Amino acid sequence: MAKYILKRILQAIPMLIIISIICFSLMQMAPYDAIDSMTTPNMSQKTIELIKAKYGLDHPAYIQYFDWMKGILHGDFGYSLVTHQSISEDLISRIPNTIVLVLPAYVLALILAIILGLIAGANRGKLLDKIIDGFSSIGIAIPSFWLAMIFIFIFGYKMGLFPILGMHTIGMEGSTSDFFHHLFLPCVVLTIAFLPELIRYVRSSTIGQLSEDYVMVQEAYGSSGTAILFKHVLRNALLPLVTIVGMSLPMLVTGAFVTETVFGWPGIGPYFVKAIQGFDYPVVMAIMLFSASLVILGNLISDILYCIIDPRIKEMR
Amino acid sequence: MAKQKNRRMEKLKKELKSNKLALFAFIFLSLIILASIFAFLSPYSPNTVNVGKVLQQPSGSHLFGTDELGRDYLTRALYGGRISLTVGILAMAISTCIGVLVGTVSGYFGGKVDNLLMRIVDIISSIPWMILVTVISIFLTPGLKAIILVIGLFTWMGTARLVRAETLSIKEREYVLYAKASGQSFWKIIFKHIIPGALPTFIVASTVSIANAILMESALSFLGLGVQQPLSSWGSMLQTAQGNLGSAPYMAILPGLLIVLTVYSFNKLGDVLRVIVEPKTGK
Amino acid sequence: MSDSLLTVKNLKTTFYDGKTRLEAIRGIDLSVQKGEILGIVGESGSGKSILMKSIMGIIPKTAKVDSGEVILNGQHIEKLSMKEKRAIRGKEIAMIFQDPMTALNPLKKVGDHLIELLVRVRGMKKPEAKKEAVEMLRRVGIPSPETRANQYPHEFSGGMRQRVLIAMALSCNPKLLIADEPTTALDVTIQAQILNLLKKLKSDNDMSVVLITHDLGVVASLCSRIVVMYAGMIMEEGTATEIFYSPKHPYTKALLSSIPRMDKAEKSRLTPIKGSAPSLNNLPKGCPFAERCELAMEKCFTDMPAYKNFSDTQRSMCFLAWEGEENNE
Repeated sequence: MAKYILKRILQAIPMLIIISIICFSLMQMAPYDAIDSMTTPNMSQKTIELIKAKYGLDHPAYIQYFDWMKGILHGDFGYSLVTHQSISEDLISRIPNTIVLVLPAYVLALILAIILGLIAGANRGKLLDKIIDGFSSIGIAIPSFWLAMIFIFIFGYKMGLFPILGMHTIGMEGSTSDFFHHLFLPCVVLTIAFLPELIRYVRSSTIGQLSEDYVMVQEAYGSSGTAILFKHVLRNALLPLVTIVGMSLPMLVTGAFVTETVFGWPGIGPYFVKAIQGFDYPVVMAIMLFSASLVILGNLISDILYCIIDPRIKEMR
Repeated sequence: MAKQKNRRMEKLKKELKSNKLALFAFIFLSLIILASIFAFLSPYSPNTVNVGKVLQQPSGSHLFGTDELGRDYLTRALYGGRISLTVGILAMAISTCIGVLVGTVSGYFGGKVDNLLMRIVDIISSIPWMILVTVISIFLTPGLKAIILVIGLFTWMGTARLVRAETLSIKEREYVLYAKASGQSFWKIIFKHIIPGALPTFIVASTVSIANAILMESALSFLGLGVQQPLSSWGSMLQTAQGNLGSAPYMAILPGLLIVLTVYSFNKLGDVLRVIVEPKTGK
Repeated sequence: MSDSLLTVKNLKTTFYDGKTRLEAIRGIDLSVQKGEILGIVGESGSGKSILMKSIMGIIPKTAKVDSGEVILNGQHIEKLSMKEKRAIRGKEIAMIFQDPMTALNPLKKVGDHLIELLVRVRGMKKPEAKKEAVEMLRRVGIPSPETRANQYPHEFSGGMRQRVLIAMALSCNPKLLIADEPTTALDVTIQAQILNLLKKLKSDNDMSVVLITHDLGVVASLCSRIVVMYAGMIMEEGTATEIFYSPKHPYTKALLSSIPRMDKAEKSRLTPIKGSAPSLNNLPKGCPFAERCELAMEKCFTDMPAYKNFSDTQRSMCFLAWEGEENNE
């Protein structure tokens, strides 16, 4: 098994390298670049050359690439073209904001999905299942930003129950209750956004397990439906969830882009959108590389977890 | 083949009769497509500014009110539907074509070709779609063509994987082995045997594709990264609605509702097709 | 009849698919004596599996037992509630299934399967059940049972898994063991082993066994009595000797001519039965075998024949059987 894990890790490394090259190349090819943001048409060629040299932009591409990668491996993602601030610092301040929003929402959605999905799967075709499945079918079709707007309007404007913008009320940054007050709506919106797909997954996994032969055998030995569900089907149906959860790692950063924008939540989402609109490439590159790495890492983790948990795979290695 | 088609039509009719929701989806999709095509029949123009009628509540003459420039909202929504549906369908077409091509080639040839193509699929799949799509759109002038292209170019991976799996099983079937043995060129084999064999699978995948494309476009347009003025889609209408949320909340309802119903209906259509296309595996 | 462990009277089971009714079991009378091995023979689709599942009460949700009585040890079990039926399963009747590969939960250790049964059905405490599980594995001939009990199903071969299923069936000391095609999915060499195991265990445990199969060879080696099924009905019934040496039903005769036999001339031909079994939504009004029967008369297609008893143990459902009698007189 350790061999398999090692193999997977070794496979992931070239992927990361390729992704980093792709990110870098995309930015090199982009129409508007770092130089343009720092120079005006009036500057002389000499000045432009000086500026280029100052920022190491006169070196050939592959040297720039290595410099960039070297910096990243030391935790330095470069500087924003627009604000000239350290991207790493921006990331460090913003990522936790996104995580604190996404993580609880995802965990809550996961728990609810497991419960509802199991109930739906076990009661397939009956009213309860129809309701749950119907809800998740409709839920998948709802754009999260629309839901956010509706919630903001109803609970924010009309009922005034919750603040509608940002993470804190100005001046109350220290207050936790104020923070939670702000957190509530976006978190609920995200949970509802995550829920339908997860429910569908659990439900179909449950249905799949219930139609397996071993369930019929258990029935033949007199086991009751509930006992079968909890002693056998539960674990088997939830096992594939491990893969889903592992692959959701990147969601911690990218899962709430649009919702954050609607709520004015100071996370990665608005940061990225602003960078795109402002052609702030270093920021875009950094976020792109970072999120792609999370995807690869997430896949790696879910493969390894699956390998550990499923006895069939354990043996094959 | 004709007999098979008849059987499938029978199945379709039976399914639509028994499954009320599927029937609703079918009807809704037909209505919305027709309505957006025939939107020009509306007495109102979607673009003429009418400052005197700005931000009116829904009423008898304007079923869904007017927007911030005095235009009839319902008419705008129907015209917006044209854009959203067009993006959905065309992006799906691009994505399906690429996906089917890559999937069949990869599955049929196997070996190094398969490895390479699947690596490419993995790499593109590694970058979260929102980031990938917005980054690529930097390179293109934002607009309708850009958004269709960009969604189509980066959502084919799922289809490719599905089609590849189908290809792997189809290529072992006897009629394919016969074709190979009788010297048919591989392009002919792919087009005459493999693609028709995989057809059911990717038809189902394509309905889901449209649904996803519509959702993607609306999210991007909402952020201002999708279709640009003067064109507007349901997503960009929602962006405007957000700006006027306080004074004209009704503006948020219609485009969003249309998105939900359309996406839901396409997904439901996919479900129905899945049942028709597959033998009794669901029941 | 007082020696009868299980009596089935006029059992009818139907599948409901929307508005369509598919009659899978069309009025079956059956009895299993104490201590005997009864063979139920039939083609795929004849209803043998559904018959047994109807008796045990584990038919699919789309099917329903329309009528009939099932009397086990004097008790009418068709009338019991779900809970009571469940209590009987495993304890009084146990079943072994056809496909050992999928019958075990792949994520649960083999020993745990047995332990769960022992705890639930025989009320043992866990430590005791653990020991008993190992013992059961030993009794069905699994080597190194202590280690094996801690392994997962995928670490067992097909034959071994079937032994595990047999162990599960036996662990609750049932009075009746139903083996549904227990050797169909196994290699021929393993088949013989499993059948011998069943024989030995039956006499060790004083059980009755119902062996369901489409393989006459299997039946010949093991069963004392045989029931021949076709299209949801019993065509003929008799002792092994009667069935093999003086079959009265054309279907039975046809089955016997289609298998190689030691007692036939070396160069005699094997005659397969033309055609195929009727589909459930197209059941003929008369005798179900009429279409494929070489001796069919006109009335075979329109009327259902009645059973004729040839002895205490043999009966056949065929118009020819009656005619034969007339001719004899």
